[in-house]
Amino acid sequence: MRLSLGPILYFWSKETVQAFYAEAASWPVDVVYLGETVCAKRRALRPADWLALADRLAEAGKEVVLSTQVLLESEADLHTLEHICGNGRYQVEANDAAALHLLGGHTGFVSGPHINAYNAATLQWLAGLGARRWVPPAELSRDAIADLQHARPEGMETEVFAYGRLPLAFSARCFTARAANVPKDRCEMRCEENPEGLAMHTQEEQTLFTVNGIQLQSGTPCNLLPEIEDLRRLEIDVLRISPQPRDTGRIAAAFRAALDGPAPPSPDELADLAPEGFNNGYWRGQPGMVWDPR
Amino acid sequence: MAVVARKPELICPAGSLPALRAAVDEGADAVYIGFQDATNARNFPGLNFGPDAAREGIRYARRTGARVLLALNTYPRTAHWPRWTGAVDRAAELGVDAVILADPGLLHYAAGTYPDLRLHLSVQGSATNRHAIAFYHEQFGIRRVVLPRVLSLAQVHQIVERSPVEIEVFGFGSLCVMVEGRCALSSYVTGESPNTCGVCSPAKAVRWEETPAGRQSRLNGVLIDRYAPDEAAGYPTLCKGRYRVGEATYYAIEEPTGLNVLQMLPQLMASGVAAIKVEGRQRSPAYVREVTRVLRAALDACAADPRRFLVREEWSAVLGRLVEGHSHTLGALHRPWQ
Repeated sequence: MRLSLGPILYFWSKETVQAFYAEAASWPVDVVYLGETVCAKRRALRPADWLALADRLAEAGKEVVLSTQVLLESEADLHTLEHICGNGRYQVEANDAAALHLLGGHTGFVSGPHINAYNAATLQWLAGLGARRWVPPAELSRDAIADLQHARPEGMETEVFAYGRLPLAFSARCFTARAANVPKDRCEMRCEENPEGLAMHTQEEQTLFTVNGIQLQSGTPCNLLPEIEDLRRLEIDVLRISPQPRDTGRIAAAFRAALDGPAPPSPDELADLAPEGFNNGYWRGQPGMVWDPR
Repeated sequence: MAVVARKPELICPAGSLPALRAAVDEGADAVYIGFQDATNARNFPGLNFGPDAAREGIRYARRTGARVLLALNTYPRTAHWPRWTGAVDRAAELGVDAVILADPGLLHYAAGTYPDLRLHLSVQGSATNRHAIAFYHEQFGIRRVVLPRVLSLAQVHQIVERSPVEIEVFGFGSLCVMVEGRCALSSYVTGESPNTCGVCSPAKAVRWEETPAGRQSRLNGVLIDRYAPDEAAGYPTLCKGRYRVGEATYYAIEEPTGLNVLQMLPQLMASGVAAIKVEGRQRSPAYVREVTRVLRAALDACAADPRRFLVREEWSAVLGRLVEGHSHTLGALHRPWQ
């Protein structure tokens, strides 16, 4: 089983992003997804900056994949998408049917978590378009993924979101701008003030969601580290770690150790990273917010 | 498709035979229905059509030339696949006028098995741009796309201009603030989502409580909102609760408000949309009757003289009474939050 770093879902400065990937080059991850998937206004890095990062990571031996924006509305959004899909050097992760349209026929793209692949017929169709790896939607359970593992087309790899706050929903509206009481067009890039989003609590102080611009994420991080034996049994090919502002290297090392080491991971491993707890409900076929330690 | 101002069809919801008759009687050009299971996105207890009711509904609609569309717009998982293909088979056998689908595997099945069956891409298919629409058209021969409720009027216009297929937009009813087909908030809290189960914030997970702090609504135990004694309480849809972000507790995602595009009908008509859809298969026949009557009158008036079109007070009074939260918005078509 290999490890991947998913695309950075938050808005970090150019310096922060570059420093992050300079470190990531030495982490025990095999695949790195690069690019902005959430908001077109986040342009701290230009396309050329992303490609330069891609080159450096590829030189460090990483498999590089360029991720694409999920909600595409404007002609400018589509122009950026066309640029990425036609880059000619790196493979692409499709997160919308528009990307499938541009990538179809080219062999070897990744069908990302925002392509709704819930069944074997869809997976077969994606394989026919040239997908070589797929990431199940967040809400798909272990059992549903297991069914698909039996039915998956020849050569199709499966990558599971294994650590981080789950991307749950997208809107045309910006919830970060709403929290600051400013219009979306005058947001002044407030996402940068929240390097891991803004916590949303119920009136009883239960952690519910995380505000990340036009995206809502789970309140707690998903953590499948304790499921590593099960993931191995299911022959999952890649485990995705979602980039965090801190300790991403440590998280990757913990997964690596669990994959390579003789002993199963300790149940408290990484617990200090999530004072409000983790979730694994979706994997266990329950409401996503649940943490089922059994 | 070149933009031609046209009188859009009026597509109305029918969760039951009486609602279907009400919509047809009041002049809906088409009604949309679903079967009694998780194959559609309004999988609510006591709602929807068995085979006999569906057959009778089609017969009733055809008497006046109205069409019947069938929503099969959830995403089947592998273990339940035959139920969904079975539903496509039944739809073809019944002779519905179109099937509204979202799942690519199912679209593939329907297009391959029934080449003459007219296919619409559901709003749950999340097609928000011309590339996505062209792709679904090329892949499955879809004839119409229902747009997610996230696009501005200018964006709708641009899409119509460059779309190879007809465009349908929502005109009235509950408002999803998230891109449809891309929202798992409901399954995160309750285990059931629109994509997998055809429900959002399902009624079986709702609990109301009277407490000294006021009336409270919960969804699978999670506190959605708390109401002052004289405050009207709405259905606890997850995205319409009051939550705390930073120091403030407020409608952190969306106010409980409904969609109503009446005042924008002339622009929508000029933009060339083929159909305007009313949300609400879960609503009563009386609701469907009143909304259909008002929208029929408004569309006819607008088509007769778009430049002098004015929203009549009596229409606003009826819709204002029926709309969620008793307040409405133009949604993303007009973007005060932009």
